Amino acid sequence: MVDKLNDDIGEEKRLQLWEMMLKLRLVEKKAYDLFLQNLIKGTSHLALGQEAIAGAFGVALKQGDYTFCTYRGHAHTLARGSSIEGVLGELMGRQCGLMKGKGGSMHLTDVDKGVMGSYAIIGAHLTIANGTALASKYNKTNEVSVCFFGDGTTNIGAFHEALNMAKIWNLPIVFVCENNLYMEYTPIHEVTAVEHPAADRAGAYDLDKIIVDGNDADEMLRTAEKAIAKAREGKGPSLIEAKTYRHSGHSRADPGKYRPDEEVKDWMENKDPIKNYRAKLLDFNINEKIISEIEEKIKDQVEKATEISMASPIPEIKEIYTDVWANGGSEWHN
Amino acid sequence: MAQLTYRASVSLAIAQSMRKDQKVFFIGEDVGAAGGVFKATVGLLEEFGKERVMDAPISEQAILGAAMGAAMTGLRPIAEIMFSDFLAVCWDIVANQIAKTRYMSDGQINIPLVIRTANGGGSKFGAQHSQSLENWSMMIPGLKVVAPSCPSDVLGLMDSAVKDPDPVIFYEHKSLYAFKEEIEQTDISIPIGEANTLHEGKDITIIGLALMAQRAKEAALILKDKHDINAKVIDLRSLVPLDLQTIKKSVIETGHVLTVEENPRLCGWGAEISSLISEHCFKNLKGPVTRVTTPHVPLPSADILEDNTIPSVELIVNEVIKKLKGE
Repeated sequence: MVDKLNDDIGEEKRLQLWEMMLKLRLVEKKAYDLFLQNLIKGTSHLALGQEAIAGAFGVALKQGDYTFCTYRGHAHTLARGSSIEGVLGELMGRQCGLMKGKGGSMHLTDVDKGVMGSYAIIGAHLTIANGTALASKYNKTNEVSVCFFGDGTTNIGAFHEALNMAKIWNLPIVFVCENNLYMEYTPIHEVTAVEHPAADRAGAYDLDKIIVDGNDADEMLRTAEKAIAKAREGKGPSLIEAKTYRHSGHSRADPGKYRPDEEVKDWMENKDPIKNYRAKLLDFNINEKIISEIEEKIKDQVEKATEISMASPIPEIKEIYTDVWANGGSEWHN
Repeated sequence: MAQLTYRASVSLAIAQSMRKDQKVFFIGEDVGAAGGVFKATVGLLEEFGKERVMDAPISEQAILGAAMGAAMTGLRPIAEIMFSDFLAVCWDIVANQIAKTRYMSDGQINIPLVIRTANGGGSKFGAQHSQSLENWSMMIPGLKVVAPSCPSDVLGLMDSAVKDPDPVIFYEHKSLYAFKEEIEQTDISIPIGEANTLHEGKDITIIGLALMAQRAKEAALILKDKHDINAKVIDLRSLVPLDLQTIKKSVIETGHVLTVEENPRLCGWGAEISSLISEHCFKNLKGPVTRVTTPHVPLPSADILEDNTIPSVELIVNEVIKKLKGE
């Protein structure tokens, strides 16, 4: 009998990945619940269904590495080890939030964990991620920068500027396109000249064409580790296209009705990364008790963090006037 | 004592900052091997090498994005946008990203970078290579806005801009690149936010920036020699932070104010200054604060058209006489 469990990934890392993905799923579900209770205002873009991508990178990256994500970035922030109350608190506009309510859902930032920001203007952060990668090269250190973005980003100019610059300067960076098949409300194939919005553009920048099943956590982890190692060894950038699907609409305002029922059903029932990974762990003969204990642990963590967030005070009004400038204030004349 | 052009002071200022701090690097289009299209960065590549003087593709978003990301880690980039008009193609990075990230991150991130750019008219380059765009950046919270009018100010303000923990947009005036000044000491520092007096006078306060400050000074000399009018000329040097105290002090003395702006009329910085003076010095005013600007038109190219669009020394002289003598 083949020892499936002790392959290149192994039990320990698989359980780590399981715990990570579960955390991302349950926090997003909690965020959704809190919206329904009107405890979270504004907008939110949930990554339900896309957890394997952020989760795999979360496991593969080291302390000191830099990550950049989009407004759909709760999961990517948590994946670097940011606290659940830091994320939920920010969504709820509380003092315990990562930015104490100054940024909100679309701008989660946690520099201590390497979360260099969540960016709400499509494409901008690819160019900025090049900057942290450039700094690593300039300082001759070996951090890796990772930049997550959606399929829609591949049609904006900044995407192309950033890929070209990363390649010509051989930057230690991994670009990760989460292709969830829809550019907001529009099927990506209807508005893109090529079949694979990111991968089919890779050749234009002398990069390998990499397409991965973004809902297969093991494959995602292998792909992430390979690209990160390449960057860390000074062998330059990678562009990964990970196929995935969001379980909910684009944002809070969107019920996602433009997607065919059969398609949604197929992804929810047959291609859910969490459901499939649980089955895989059982198939690998990991004790169900261990799997369930992790589930209970994460549920407990999410509940406790929710309580902390709800008990946390709202920001003081004077905070409006702080931190425009490095002197801490907002004065612009003497 | 050496005579230095504004152009040469730019490369010298960058070199001085790079010699002092290994964290400073320079990035832009045609800035290294070519020495810049205005030859304002000649010699930097030779002194500092490719690792610190980076020739970038025509990718303004990628240039400023890379500078921003590097600054987020503590490096101190100087990025060049060849013509300030090109800021329009990377305005997202400037206005949404560089300006706001410190605030949105609740102060977790500092962005100590300098964006230097060739600004202003006088070269007959037409409407997309001649604009004066200081007010674009003035209206965005989180940006500091500097526009030197002479070589010594280039040296002193660049030193401060590079050391500043906040992002600074450094507008160099194309028509001043050939401007010469006798300079004793080149390694100087001038705090950002301190206006400079270019001409003393108690009859009227003329407020200008960059080329317009120099033209206001020329106008003041004519007003004194030929019209017996003593004008105080304030060169703001920076719009953000703004030296309101120096303005107030002079307005209290003169009671008359003229701002001289190179930008088109609407929402020019002079309007904000005028508003501040109304708020702070209303009782000291002897008449309305007035503004000289380019008309509200894109800049035309032909000699006679451009020359009659951008405020001239003659126009400033005439406006002052009109204000004070009602002629």
